[in-house]
Amino acid sequence: MQGQGDLEIDLLLGAIYQRFQYDFRQYSRASVRRRVALALTALDCKTISALQERILHDEAAFPVLLSYLTVQVSDLFRDPAYFRVFRERIVPVLQTYPSLKIWVAGCSTGEEVYSFAILLRETGLLDKTILYATDINAEALRTAEAGIYSIDRMKAFTANHQASGAPCSLSTYYTAKYGSATFDRGLRKRVVFSDHSLATDTVFAEVQVVSCRNVLIYFEPPLQERAAGLFRDSLCLRGFLGLGSRETLRFSKHDGDFEGFAPSERWYRRK
Amino acid sequence: MSDPREREREREPGIEAVVIGGSAGAVTALGSILSELPASFPAVLVVLHIPATSPSLLVDVYAPHCRMRVCEPEAFERIERGSVYFAPPDYHLLVERNRRCALSIEPPVRFSRPSVDVLFGSAAAAYGSKLAAVVLTGASDDGSEGLRAVHAAGGVSIVQEPASAEAPTMPRAALAAVPSARVVGLSEIARQLLSLAQAT
Repeated sequence: MQGQGDLEIDLLLGAIYQRFQYDFRQYSRASVRRRVALALTALDCKTISALQERILHDEAAFPVLLSYLTVQVSDLFRDPAYFRVFRERIVPVLQTYPSLKIWVAGCSTGEEVYSFAILLRETGLLDKTILYATDINAEALRTAEAGIYSIDRMKAFTANHQASGAPCSLSTYYTAKYGSATFDRGLRKRVVFSDHSLATDTVFAEVQVVSCRNVLIYFEPPLQERAAGLFRDSLCLRGFLGLGSRETLRFSKHDGDFEGFAPSERWYRRK
Repeated sequence: MSDPREREREREPGIEAVVIGGSAGAVTALGSILSELPASFPAVLVVLHIPATSPSLLVDVYAPHCRMRVCEPEAFERIERGSVYFAPPDYHLLVERNRRCALSIEPPVRFSRPSVDVLFGSAAAAYGSKLAAVVLTGASDDGSEGLRAVHAAGGVSIVQEPASAEAPTMPRAALAAVPSARVVGLSEIARQLLSLAQAT
């Protein structure tokens, strides 16, 4: 029975790749198996094979499955120490550049993008920066672009923001209405939201900073290599790479292209 | 099973891994179990519901009292005998079929991230009958779905005796899901695990 389930998932992921060009074949299989099981319930399919038939013949079905396969929930200023290092040690380096490009790869619903935009405004860098916010999920990108989050989450976001060394309250940046918090539109005037896949797309700009957190945790080692290669090729010499708190390039062949900058906060620097 | 490594594992006596889940009161309960396990014990994977702190204190709390190595794994870290793996705060911990850890920030399940159900469900798929699962004291019903999956895959289900639990909700929910689970007093759990590890 276990072999059967894996076979069906292999076939499903192959079909998704051929039909929709989304490549989940080298994603954490344990995670994919779990997400597919939830999608089966949501789409009322009895078997994975039935789900495969459904996405091939019902246009409305694939976006639903995609949202199950990619749903991530992050916070503003998740891991405040990460942003504190950016604020206190990386911003002074970035201030020496005439203009900046920062790539938030796998931005999902935008929590990290707003974290950076706020921090860049607080340090006077936002107006000379272009932030590239990319993800494979178009629906998540639309949410990110809207910049509206549930008001229930603001308490935790505010505490994180303070712990990152903020000079003012997070409430400076949003207006609360009808149970939601809408972030200041000015924060995203320097943000380019774009569809981009670390699994299938290539380098698109030279940047000074790449922040890609809790994306590599889903990638099996060969796919991690591909993504790490994109980061290396995108970063200028001495550019900064930030990863999630349980991610490392230690096992990657690209490890030698980076040196630790603040390794316990997962900041690395292109050699 | 066509994979020769899987066939080999099937022939090995005893369980290959233990998964443990707990919430309120479980920090102490878990310590009393882990301190009894020898350095060569099969891999142990743990989800505790505790507030997310960075850096997490779990390793510092348990390492001095354990003969096994205690860690919070990185993504895709290999799961090995003699090690205890704690779900890092604010991440789900899963087991890959190829005996590696997986981490995820998918939404909380039953208000929990990490979730006991997520760990148990993935471990059941990976280890089948070579798994023992333990539900400890706790004030939620997380773990009951996962224990059901472990049981269905032929694994051993152990539930801390509700009367001996600081918070009996979680053990009770687990027992409701798997009525045939072994109900074991806290002081007896380590001994049961030791005998499961040696079983032929």
